[in-house]
Amino acid sequence: MTNPILEIKNLKKSFGALKATDDVSITLNVGEIHALIGPNGAGKSTLIKQICGGLSSDSGSVIFNGKDLAGLDVAERAQLGLGRTFQISSVIMEFSALRNVMLAVQAFNGSSFRFFKNVRNDKVLVARAMEILSRVDLEKRAEISAAELSHGERRQLEIALALALEPKAFLLDEPMAGMGPEGSKRLISFLDELRKEAPILLIEHDMDAVFSLADRISVLVYGRVVASGTVDEIRANPAVREAYLGETA
Amino acid sequence: MASLSRESILNIFLTLAMVALPFVATAIDEPFYITLATRVAILGLAGVGLNLALGTGGLVSFGHAAFFGVGGYAAGILASHALNYTPIMESPFLIEGTNQMLIIWLVAIIASGIVAYLIGLLSLRTSGVYFIMITLAFAQMLYYFAISWPAYGGEDGLSIYVRNAFLGVNTLAPHGFYFICLGLLFGGIFLSATLKNSRFGAALQSARQNEERLSAVGVRPFNIKLTAFVISGMMTGLAGALFADLNRFVSPSMLSWHMSGEIMILVILGGVGRLYGPLAGAIIYILFEFIFGGMTEHWQFFLGLVLLGVVLFARGGVIGLIAGRARHD
Ligand SMILES: Nc1ncnc2c1ncn2[C@@H]1O[C@H](COP(=O)(O)OP(=O)(O)OP(=O)(O)O)[C@@H](O)[C@H]1O
Ligand SMILES: [Mg+2]
Repeated sequence: MTNPILEIKNLKKSFGALKATDDVSITLNVGEIHALIGPNGAGKSTLIKQICGGLSSDSGSVIFNGKDLAGLDVAERAQLGLGRTFQISSVIMEFSALRNVMLAVQAFNGSSFRFFKNVRNDKVLVARAMEILSRVDLEKRAEISAAELSHGERRQLEIALALALEPKAFLLDEPMAGMGPEGSKRLISFLDELRKEAPILLIEHDMDAVFSLADRISVLVYGRVVASGTVDEIRANPAVREAYLGETA
Repeated sequence: MASLSRESILNIFLTLAMVALPFVATAIDEPFYITLATRVAILGLAGVGLNLALGTGGLVSFGHAAFFGVGGYAAGILASHALNYTPIMESPFLIEGTNQMLIIWLVAIIASGIVAYLIGLLSLRTSGVYFIMITLAFAQMLYYFAISWPAYGGEDGLSIYVRNAFLGVNTLAPHGFYFICLGLLFGGIFLSATLKNSRFGAALQSARQNEERLSAVGVRPFNIKLTAFVISGMMTGLAGALFADLNRFVSPSMLSWHMSGEIMILVILGGVGRLYGPLAGAIIYILFEFIFGGMTEHWQFFLGLVLLGVVLFARGGVIGLIAGRARHD
C-alpha cells in the first residue's frame, strides 16, 4: 500500500548538549503532503539540512528512492531528486529571476561545464526557465534582479528553483513565511496540485495551510517526534494541543 | 541593438587608445612609450587572469605571482636551453629548448595550469582569510624554491639575451612585440567575457554569491571554482611568459608576494570584476610608476594613497567611477 520515497530512520544530531534531532524516524509517501510542525527551535530546519546533506548526522540513515544517502554531498543529493527550499530565501541576488531559474535548469541538465555559448542566446534554456517562472506567477518579473524582488516574490522564486530540478520529493521549509494572505492562498492551491508531481515534506507554521493540505502531520518538539497521524488525529491529540497549539487540554 | 552603455563606450575608447598608442609614440619620437605600453598590456593580461578568479569567482588569491613566475620561468628555461644548444633533459626522452613563442606560450600555459590545479586543489577547500593565506604561502614556497635552485640562476635570475621568435613578426622591433602582447591581452579579455556569459560563468558567479544555493541546485561549487582558478592561473602564466620576453630576464622576484600584490592592486584600481578593469588599472599603475617614479623613490606611497581612495570611495575602481555601477541581469 504505502510506498515511501523518503525514509528517515533514527536520525540524531546534537549541538553540544542540545539534542536538535533526537531519534527521528519519519517517512514520505508517494502522492502525499507530510507536514512537519513544531515550535521554534524544535529542530525542523536542522532535520531538512540533515536530509539534504548540508549537515552531517551523528547516527541514523536517510533512504531516498531506495538508496542510502550516507556519504553523498548536497549537490549529489539534489541531483538524485531532492528539491528543497530554504526558510530564509537563498537565491543569487545579482541575477534576475530568470537567470536564477536558468541556473537551476542548467544544473538539472548537468551542463554547467559549457564555456562558450552565451546563455542569453540559449533559447531552449530561456524557454524552459520562463515556463517554470510562469508556474509560480513570476513571468512578468523575469527580468527583475532577485535583489529587487519583494520578499514574497523571492519565496516564489525559491519554489521555482526547486521545480526546475524536477525533483522526486520536495522539502519545503516554511514556504508561506511572509507571503501575505493572498499569496498564501494561491500557494496552498498550488501545493495541493504539486503533490501529484512529487510528494512534499512541508514545514509550516501556518496552521490553516497545514490543516487544509496535509495528508499526515508529525509534530516535532525538542528534536523528538511527539505525535504523528492524520489531521484529525493531531487536532484531537491532547499532548499536541498542550505542547504546541498553546492550549490547555 | 540597445544603446551602448557608458562602460562599453569606455571599453571601446581604451581599446582604440591602446591600438593607436605606438603610432602616436612613433610620431612624437618617443619609442620608450611603446615599451611602457607593452608593460601595460602584459600586466593587464596578468590582471585579467586574476580578475576571473577574484572578480567573477570571488576567489581572493594572493598568490597569483606563482603562475606569473611559472610562466616566466617556462619561457626563460626553454629559451636559455635553445640559446646554449643544450637539451633540457635527455632521458627518458629528449626535451630541447626552443625560441618559438608559440611553443613557449603553450608550455607556460600548461605549466601554470598544472600549478594552479595543485594549489587550487589544496586551497579551495578553505575560504576567506585562510584562502588568502594559503595562496600566499604556496607562492612564497615557489619563490624560495626558485632562489635556492642554482641550475637556473637562483637568486640572480636567468637572462634570455635575444627575444624569442613569433611566426614572421620582428619581435625585437617594439611595434611587433607590442602588438603580440596587445593581441593576447584582448584575447584574454574576450575569453573572460565569453566565460562570464556562459553556463560555466553563471555557475561561477553563483559560487561567489551563494554557494549554498549552487549546491542546492546540484552543482558542486568546488569543481566550478577549481576550473576557474586553473583558467585564471593559465592566463596569468601566459602573461608571465611575455613579461620574461619583454625584460629578456627572469628572476625569483616574479614569484614573490610583491608581484601578487602588484597584480591585485591593478585589478582593484581598475575595478574588480569589470571587464576592462585590469587594463585600466595597469595603465594607472604604469603611469604612476613612470611619472612619479622619476620624481621620487616613494612613488608607491602615492599609489597607495590612490588605492586607499579607490577602496574607500570607489568600490568599482576607476571603471566604476567613470561608468557607474556594474549592470547585472
Ligand atoms: N549550527 C548550529 N549550531 C548550534 N546550534 C544550532 C545550529 N543549528 C541549529 N541549532 C539549534 O538547534 C535547534 C533547532 O534549530 P532549527 O533551526 O532546526 O529549529 P526550527 O524547528 O527550524 O525552528 P524555526 O521554527 O524557528 O525555524 C535550535 O535550538 C537552534 O538554536
Ligand atoms: Mg526552521
